[in-house]
Amino acid sequence: MIGVGKAKQYANVLDKPLSRGRQEVSLSAFAFLFSELVQYNQTQVDNIAELERRLEDAGYAVGARVLELLCHREKGNRRETRLLGILSFIHSTVWKVLFGKVADSLEKGTEHEDEYMISEKELLVNRFISVPKDMGAFNCGAFVAGIVKGVLDNAGFPAVVTAHFVPIEGQQRPRTTILIKFAEEVKQVCIV
Amino acid sequence: MPPLTPPKSGDALFASVDRVNAELFTLTYGAIVRQLLTDLEEVEEVNKQLDQMGYNMGTRLVDEFLAKSNVSRCVDFKETADVIAKLGFKMFLGVTATVTKWDAEGTSCSFVLEDNPLVDFVDLPDTCQGLQYCNVLSGVIRGALEMVSMKTEVTWVRDMLRGDDAYEMRVKLIKQVPEEYPYKDDD
Repeated sequence: MIGVGKAKQYANVLDKPLSRGRQEVSLSAFAFLFSELVQYNQTQVDNIAELERRLEDAGYAVGARVLELLCHREKGNRRETRLLGILSFIHSTVWKVLFGKVADSLEKGTEHEDEYMISEKELLVNRFISVPKDMGAFNCGAFVAGIVKGVLDNAGFPAVVTAHFVPIEGQQRPRTTILIKFAEEVKQVCIV
Repeated sequence: MPPLTPPKSGDALFASVDRVNAELFTLTYGAIVRQLLTDLEEVEEVNKQLDQMGYNMGTRLVDEFLAKSNVSRCVDFKETADVIAKLGFKMFLGVTATVTKWDAEGTSCSFVLEDNPLVDFVDLPDTCQGLQYCNVLSGVIRGALEMVSMKTEVTWVRDMLRGDDAYEMRVKLIKQVPEEYPYKDDD
């Protein structure tokens, strides 16, 4: 008999109904897990650029899955075809689902046509991270940059995404900016 | 002496900590397991690494747990297991475990988890059948208990990813290690 007793057993994980996305875990559980991710990667690399790349790769995988999950759940399987559309999807929907709030700001770069910036006063992943001086400009936000890259690439908007610290007057901790530089083909095809 | 605040219930404890979307947690854990599989290739090595990561997390997690939950010192292992299942799991993962299958001496028990946020969306491929996907949890428990002077051994008995109906961990208390003072009192 189906459905009798405790949780129904599905033969295939693809048959399980998709959850509503309301479940939560504690922030510290995530923070500990993220710190283990960074610490493990530190043992596998020799320099900062490689460490950032590995974090970005980890984030890329998360971004690809988040895009599929959210497209199905929140947008009824409609695909974004416009540049501003996908950027505002990331800035509001993706940020809201992953970090509980929309990103602080989305700006268009002044120097180059194809650059956009998403800024956050303090990235959730960086909240419990302190970077030693000898690591220079290393930013664990590379993980979030990877998430954004994963979403963009899989939505058909290839881009180079990086995370930077931007010191702000009067604020002790610098702001983090995710810089998105779209590839050539995106510039030519998309009308913003 | 000022009155001590009573220990909170599991739900109140979970409501009092900052929370984050479980899907971010699940996907990040998935990314970690994937990275380990790519780097280490051997499933046994990945299991060991996950356990080690869990151990590192557990040693620090237990401090936060004790600080936030206000529990008093546990009298025996049975109480410890109850506290972990009801409060510990609830505070960090938002789910409770049940404690079952106590052995005659009271040193070995099973934690049964029906709901596990680590494994949403996960399907084990045929090439990774030996993978203990949730091994980080056994490391966390081992690390946390070692910080409160209990040496334990944690093994997985049932795993939903392998077709069982729940997640079951067997925790065995090996010995209580009395705290050692780093210096003599009369120096």
